[in-house]
Amino acid sequence: MTLEKSAIEKPVRMPSWLLSLLPLLLLGLLAWVFSVANPLALFTVNVPPVEQLAVERVLLTPEGFELRLLNSGPMPVSIAQVTVDDAYWQFTQEPAGPLPRLGRASLTIPFHWVVNDLYHIRLVTSTGLTFDAEVPVATQTPVPGGREFLAYGLLGIYIGIIPIGIGLLWFPAMKRMERRWLNAVLALTIGLLVFLLIDTLLEVIEIGAKVPGVFQGIPLALFAALLSWLAIISLSSLRKKGSTQTKAPRGFPLALLIAAGIGLHNLGEGLSVGAALSLGEAALGTFLVVGFILHNVTEGIGIAAPLIPGSGDADADEIKGPGLGSFLVLLLVSGGPAILGAWIGGFAYSPVLSTLFLGVGLGAIWQVIVEVVGLLRRSATAEKTGWINALNLGGFAAGLAIMYLTAFLVKF
Amino acid sequence: MISRRTFIKTVGAAAGMAGLATLMPREAGLAQGTGHGMDMGRPAGALDASGTVGEVDLFRFDPTAFMTQFDTGAVSQAADGRTLREYQITALDQEIEIAPGVYFPAWTYNGQVPGPTFRCKEGDLLRFHFTNSTSHEHTIHFHGIHPPSMDGVSPIIEPGGEFTYEFEARPFGLHLYHCHVMPLKKHIHRGLYGAFIIDPPGGRAPAHELVMVMNGFDTNFDNENEVYAVNTVAFHYSRHPVQVRAGELVRVYLANLTEFDLINSFHLHAAMFRLYRTGTNLEHFELTDNVIMGQGERHILEFTLDYPGQYMFHAHQSEFAELGWMGMFEAVA
Repeated sequence: MTLEKSAIEKPVRMPSWLLSLLPLLLLGLLAWVFSVANPLALFTVNVPPVEQLAVERVLLTPEGFELRLLNSGPMPVSIAQVTVDDAYWQFTQEPAGPLPRLGRASLTIPFHWVVNDLYHIRLVTSTGLTFDAEVPVATQTPVPGGREFLAYGLLGIYIGIIPIGIGLLWFPAMKRMERRWLNAVLALTIGLLVFLLIDTLLEVIEIGAKVPGVFQGIPLALFAALLSWLAIISLSSLRKKGSTQTKAPRGFPLALLIAAGIGLHNLGEGLSVGAALSLGEAALGTFLVVGFILHNVTEGIGIAAPLIPGSGDADADEIKGPGLGSFLVLLLVSGGPAILGAWIGGFAYSPVLSTLFLGVGLGAIWQVIVEVVGLLRRSATAEKTGWINALNLGGFAAGLAIMYLTAFLVKF
Repeated sequence: MISRRTFIKTVGAAAGMAGLATLMPREAGLAQGTGHGMDMGRPAGALDASGTVGEVDLFRFDPTAFMTQFDTGAVSQAADGRTLREYQITALDQEIEIAPGVYFPAWTYNGQVPGPTFRCKEGDLLRFHFTNSTSHEHTIHFHGIHPPSMDGVSPIIEPGGEFTYEFEARPFGLHLYHCHVMPLKKHIHRGLYGAFIIDPPGGRAPAHELVMVMNGFDTNFDNENEVYAVNTVAFHYSRHPVQVRAGELVRVYLANLTEFDLINSFHLHAAMFRLYRTGTNLEHFELTDNVIMGQGERHILEFTLDYPGQYMFHAHQSEFAELGWMGMFEAVA
């Protein structure tokens, strides 16, 4: 009986790889039927053209304008003519011919532009649809060269490294604080992180809206946030596994975590400042940079807070005083990304990339807030007070207020 | 245009080697030794890179040929002895090329924009046999004096329908015809219009006669024109200057059928024209080089170009000029 059964079963059993291929084969067949027979023809009769063309970058060279284009629509687009400020103008396209779906091309328009003027560039397609690009303030686009690389790198240092470094210098003073004041400083850190969270979220929504529809900017950012949040959780659980303790990160690891979250946020700041300068908003430059220095000083305090012996639930003797090396690492992790951001923003700005980076920052900051809140709660428990007390609330409000008010210098 | 630019650059480089200025005067200018430098519309490198790129396919509609084409109808004798002219007009949906590579889904009379220029003499009996072969309702509304039943406001001619407009040609002058179905703005700007000339009984002095219909096209349907022109194709007469003889009398039948913009204008360089408003008086109104015209306004212009060479003409609304309404006369000795 058992022999018989297996004899029947064996010949009909298909290998599992073949079984898993079957749905794919059917899918391919369906795609073929659709492409050949076009069963949706009924819906597409007399449908007006749905061309989409995204102008990803406008570069200004001594010879004129250079446009980087992406066909983000469902059908090919032929660029027939170009106007600059309502005047038809000569141009060359590379590569020539219609842009296929998701195809890219670059247009060169010979034009004697005037520094600081505003220009409207319009592309007219073969169907007469128009797509517009704006040069807000005409200035030559930086080309990656030694001098420019240095200049944009310095910009990143101004807005990232210097302010955070200054903020970290409060560490010795903070070390002498009483625990309840220290808790208030942690609350202040939470306040500034919450500000950064909201700020990053709004930035994501703003830049995500500029991303061509096909790339789904805001979902992209939110998924990046989700993944970076989970990645940080998994990183901290790795640490716990290594040691015998099951405590949440504190001391240097927590400071490093905060530094990383702030670093990702500063990457976004570097991007926007670098892009603003390369897009010709240099007139705002000095003001903007000074503003970012004041704005980011607070970040140094936030990073230094968990390093203070006795902060959180640490036993004073367990955490050794951090050395200079630790501070340099923290500074590099939190401020360094601003340099990278300034380079990317200045030389290779892309809304898609910015959205992705900001999304990563969003998730990281969220988890950093969770960790610092945990630290504060444990510290408050050790103090035998509630963690939301008047002093901590004051610290939190001060954190928000400092960021809000210094943001006056960098927002318009 | 690309190949021409390359050519001009090459020529320019050669000229530079010969110790001349890099900008070459035009051949005509060279031949006559006048050496004027009016070279707009013919790009010579980055310094003057305005204008459209490429060429329009002139096989279906050639604005140069259109200027001198007059439809005088099928002529016969009416029972009362008057001259009877019968015209055939069919409304057709037709895609037209209004700038190199830019296609416009036009509504047309006889497959072209502007429609044919109808011509007759004052006192003639006219019959316009109209067939609507499009998918929308259309009519033909003529300017001039005629019974209201022949005015082209009603009846509205349904798709597939026919109608004969019959009236006596009066008064002499330059008139218009266009569709008068609502929404009017749309029916006109999509291309249903043309010039309608009624000659005075004694005729006009012999001249080199040209029809110019100023028009515009809203290609993205935002109620603003993306392309301006005379006789539909942007910069056509810049690329193909209108050939006349120096000293000969030139007569331009100029009509403004631009939609969306309240006024348009005609400005002639290096010469002045006699302006006959609406062409209804044989005495000229003024001598000028610039005339401003509202929508539906039309005039007859007479002038001579005294010196050989290229004479620019364009709308003095610079925006229209740079969006296509710019051209050249080329006077040859």
